[in-house]
Amino acid sequence: MMDLIEARKVAEQRDHSMKDKLMSMDEAVRKYVKNGDTVALSSANYNRLAMAAVREMIRQNIRDLTIAKTLCSFDVELLLAAGLVKKVISSWTSIGVVWGVSRIFRMRVESGEVEFEEWSNLGINLRFKAAAMGVPFLPTFAMLGSDLPKVNKAMTITCPYTGLKLIAVPALFPDVAIIHVQRADKYGNAIIDGPVFADPDIARAAKHVIITAEEIVDTNEIRREADKTCIPFFLVDAVVCAPFGSHPYDCFGYYDIDYEHVDDYVNAVKEGKLEAAQEYLQEYVYGVKDHFEYLQKIPLERVLAKVHRAKAIRYGWE
Amino acid sequence: MTELRYTGAEIAAVVAARSVEDNKVVFTGTGLPLMAMALAQRLYAPNLVIVFEGGQVQPILSGKYTPFSPNDIRAGYKAVMLASTTDVLCLMQRGHVDYGFISGAQIDQYGNVNTSFIGDYRKPKVRLPGSGGANDIASLASKVIIITRHEKRRFVEKVDFITSPGNVDEKGREYHGLIFGKPLLIITGLAVMDYHPELKRVRLKALHPGVTLEQVLDNMGFKPIIPDKIEVTKPPTEEELRILREMDPEGRWVEHPK
Repeated sequence: MMDLIEARKVAEQRDHSMKDKLMSMDEAVRKYVKNGDTVALSSANYNRLAMAAVREMIRQNIRDLTIAKTLCSFDVELLLAAGLVKKVISSWTSIGVVWGVSRIFRMRVESGEVEFEEWSNLGINLRFKAAAMGVPFLPTFAMLGSDLPKVNKAMTITCPYTGLKLIAVPALFPDVAIIHVQRADKYGNAIIDGPVFADPDIARAAKHVIITAEEIVDTNEIRREADKTCIPFFLVDAVVCAPFGSHPYDCFGYYDIDYEHVDDYVNAVKEGKLEAAQEYLQEYVYGVKDHFEYLQKIPLERVLAKVHRAKAIRYGWE
Repeated sequence: MTELRYTGAEIAAVVAARSVEDNKVVFTGTGLPLMAMALAQRLYAPNLVIVFEGGQVQPILSGKYTPFSPNDIRAGYKAVMLASTTDVLCLMQRGHVDYGFISGAQIDQYGNVNTSFIGDYRKPKVRLPGSGGANDIASLASKVIIITRHEKRRFVEKVDFITSPGNVDEKGREYHGLIFGKPLLIITGLAVMDYHPELKRVRLKALHPGVTLEQVLDNMGFKPIIPDKIEVTKPPTEEELRILREMDPEGRWVEHPK
């Protein structure tokens, strides 16, 4: 069936009631992420990565995944290292500009194990936007004259009104979107502080949505700041409390990046390649039972410094 | 007067800082171009507006919270607006971005840039991170400036893959539907290049002080158009270098002399 028709049908058949969806990460991932799924992840390279959920997906060994994300990061790095990904749909994949090209990403794609379907950043953002709008495509001038349409199969179209040449990007309906936010209530109303990237759109585009939140708040708090709610409860299937859920990456207003943690990983992989990445997974993912046990491995004094820094950035302290 | 020592990265940043007009909107990534724009704000263009692909509009570059990525929380320090990625990229498509900065692993004689892969798409010899916002900047900003290291392996006759279009080919951008925007400059550690308006090909514009034409050509895989008169870049001033190094004391973004 056509993606758009199917996605529409899933929406029509949804239980739209305002019910309590709080559950453990283990349960949320077990229920809503399946082998072979197309999974959209929140954030764009930095800020509000769904790391806690990604670590749980790796623990549950969910395989043959297609990952759809505007700019990939440490989340996709770990999924690639764990060998769970068959395809990445994105505009960019590495860990961060400061660390150069990811060795694990290179290895997986250069060997042909993983397909990388590349779009421009606006291209993939508009694919989510089209799906969020419930239409089959959106037009843009981006990617004209480039070779990207040759590999991602974007179509050149002619505007019916002006005769101008445009690129049409097809709507992308993920099976599930996993979005890390600062605050949510138990029904799934979600508030994002700071840049939202494509996250409101991936929530609307996906058939199922898991919200992981730094804090679970009372619905009255949501009602008081309803202009900040960017995902309404009836799109959401599961709500998980995951403080420091973006660690080792940053979360606007809550903590800055744990640079040393990522740097240690990158240096280890530089030396020990895939084996070193798998050792990392052993220590921080397979070797712990859940996100709260993971957090016990992170030095508190380091985390507190990152918290202070994030507040300074959030409130513009000199 | 003793001669100032500086690196290719430093003179490239200085030239970039002098290349933008005040009161304009600049779309940039992090690293060298961002340092260059911070320098421009300090000396030449105090009202320059920075926009990042992470949705941040007019952040303050204090030097204290230098972003690692245009998407990290530091990139939004004291910004006037934190929007969605689609929103800021569409501001560029709408015509509100005057200058866009990109870099690239390969650049060809029409100013096309490759940051995708070397070799074959399905089984590439080298897989690179990909476009990110670079294709959008190259396609949608009004004027596009490339900053890159001046290396033979980077300047190739034809890129393996056009991630971000310059003039595309001898027919030019408009033929391919890119009716807005144009590639403006290529700034390296050795020289500044622009484009021949009719031939659409890369043309040498200026040599940095002490750099010879042979040196430039020896470090390129194609021969740029050589104009009758080649300019010489005004050397970096003490003040320019001091500010650059103050903002980046470890030389993480703009390499210092050894």
